[in-house]
Amino acid sequence: MIVGGIDIVSLTATLMGASTPVLLAATGELVAEKSGVLNLGVEGMMIMGAVAGFAAAVATGNPVLGFAMGAVAGALMATLFAFLTQKLLSNQVATGLALTLFGLGLSALIGKGYEGVRPPPTAKIDFGPLSDIPVLGRILFSHDWMVYLSLILVAVVWYVLRSTRAGLILRAVGESHDAAHALGYRVVAVRFAALAFGGALAGLGGAYLSLVRVPQWTEGMTAGAGWIALAIVVFASWRPWRVLLGAYLFGGITALQLQLQAAGYAIPVHILSMAPYVITIVVLVILSAIHRHGVQAAPASLGKSFHASS
Amino acid sequence: MNRRSFLKTTAATAIVAGAGSLPAFAADEPLKIGFIYVGPVGDMGWSYQHDQGRQAIEAAYGDKVQTSFIENVPEGPDAERALTQLALEGNKLIFATSFGFMDAVMNVAKKFPDVKFEHATGYKLSDNVAIYDAKFFQGRAIQGTIGGRMTKTNKIGYIASFPIPEVYQGINAAYLAAKKVNPDVEMKVVWAYTWFDPAKEADAAAALIADGVDVLLQHTDSTAPQAKAQEAGNVITFGQASDMSSFAPMPRVSSTIDNWAPYYVKRAGAMMDGAWASQATWGGIDTGMVEIGEISDAVPAEVKAEALQLKEDIASGKVHPFTGPLKKQDGSAFLADGEMATDELLHSMTFYVEGITAEPPK
Repeated sequence: MIVGGIDIVSLTATLMGASTPVLLAATGELVAEKSGVLNLGVEGMMIMGAVAGFAAAVATGNPVLGFAMGAVAGALMATLFAFLTQKLLSNQVATGLALTLFGLGLSALIGKGYEGVRPPPTAKIDFGPLSDIPVLGRILFSHDWMVYLSLILVAVVWYVLRSTRAGLILRAVGESHDAAHALGYRVVAVRFAALAFGGALAGLGGAYLSLVRVPQWTEGMTAGAGWIALAIVVFASWRPWRVLLGAYLFGGITALQLQLQAAGYAIPVHILSMAPYVITIVVLVILSAIHRHGVQAAPASLGKSFHASS
Repeated sequence: MNRRSFLKTTAATAIVAGAGSLPAFAADEPLKIGFIYVGPVGDMGWSYQHDQGRQAIEAAYGDKVQTSFIENVPEGPDAERALTQLALEGNKLIFATSFGFMDAVMNVAKKFPDVKFEHATGYKLSDNVAIYDAKFFQGRAIQGTIGGRMTKTNKIGYIASFPIPEVYQGINAAYLAAKKVNPDVEMKVVWAYTWFDPAKEADAAAALIADGVDVLLQHTDSTAPQAKAQEAGNVITFGQASDMSSFAPMPRVSSTIDNWAPYYVKRAGAMMDGAWASQATWGGIDTGMVEIGEISDAVPAEVKAEALQLKEDIASGKVHPFTGPLKKQDGSAFLADGEMATDELLHSMTFYVEGITAEPPK
């Protein structure tokens, strides 16, 4: 299927792989923000996941352990953030930025010995004859297991937030922590859990970058993916399926512009790379225009510190 | 300056602070030589190769020299700070090893007239700034020959870095050589706008491979495209700047190696003898500055022989990768029949030759 010199099928397939890191990170951040905490440290958690996952995979020769370690590293970073913002009540924006800078620096230090090293390959799932189906086979059945896991996670997050008691509590904490506290829910504990989950997903996304998409470790290799993840959550107005849409749109923008070039188009590269942020601003404006008198799209307690005494 | 380069410089400054030592007061203090690299030493490509040159200086002169380097220096104003730092630390000879350091070198050289600077791949000279470069396009012609013979899809992909003459020379030389042995060949070019960004290089490689390319040339420094080609299975690549032999015999079937070591050793020696003078050097296969890495068994024997013959002919001057009649992409004349491109012409090459269908970046 070729449109304008571009093979749509292979473009879609490439896009899915290329977007997986931001999709994972954005899904995690969505959960954290739904609990009412704004964690700007996504980039820092991702890169720590990338280096820890890479180191673990190289040391053990097992990419699955690498991904597990990446998730753990991301979760640890998030727990640090949770401790600072939830226990010590530090400013969430400043702490999140600090977490990013900290993660970038620490990962560069840890990763020094891993430059130029090759990680063990992550196997693609063998679907047998399914992957030979024209068009759909290539798009749906040609990926490694992390791509499917990321899609499953989006579905799970959507289901849990919408239809379970745990999701209801999480949303209650995010909308009004005082009310949730009055009802007897442990606001800080819920937020710790949500942040750790978010961090784990960011770490997974980072590990996907260093183990599958590149695959190699280099300093600062996330190159702004964490910021795109943050933008996607806003773009998606805090809804899981829109996160998926946003991630495939924006996360794949680099893949898209390179593919357009390969097809012979002269692309204004710099305009495309600022597109996610410009569109996010536009979406924010539209959202606030729509919701001027009604319900806000963002969780009402987003970014506010909570203390039981207040 | 973005956040990433800020961090890099902060880290770089820390390395320098650590590497710096107390000034020596003895009369026979060692000659201090400094280097700045655009990527990490561990890139296994461009910067790695320059660092091999630095180590060659140490190996050649032992205690008489003392070298230090700053890696991951972003092109732009940060480079100026790194160079100033090296000069203030007492380095008397400083190598700046990326095109984008050019203006920074000129500015700092003006402030430190006693310090000699060597700038790689640039074109600005002054009393204390020498330039040196290698004719990478000679290696590209050999890669184009192998690629043109081996491609099954007739599509050769090129991951380009920045639209500067050095990169245009590479694209054009590879295309002309490939077209000579395979008239149906088509050149696909992707501009990554980076020298070193494995994620982007990997994406660029993936995009080209998805577009049907089965011969992949890279003008960027990491091994990420090699890894992507290996994943694809049926794509051949060439080591860039360094041999990248860990990817041989497939996908890496050969390589262009930048061998800076002899030049660095010579210039450090000239410095110690007081014979250093500003000059422009453009070495090729003949002087050993450009080496062709071993052609692997994945290449058919007759193609290998053809490639090696071309290498000899280029070294002896019998063949020049840019020989007329040649036209530019827009159809205007470039070289007359039998005319060989002069170095001056090549230094200002910012266009595609006729036959390349891709649009050049604006």
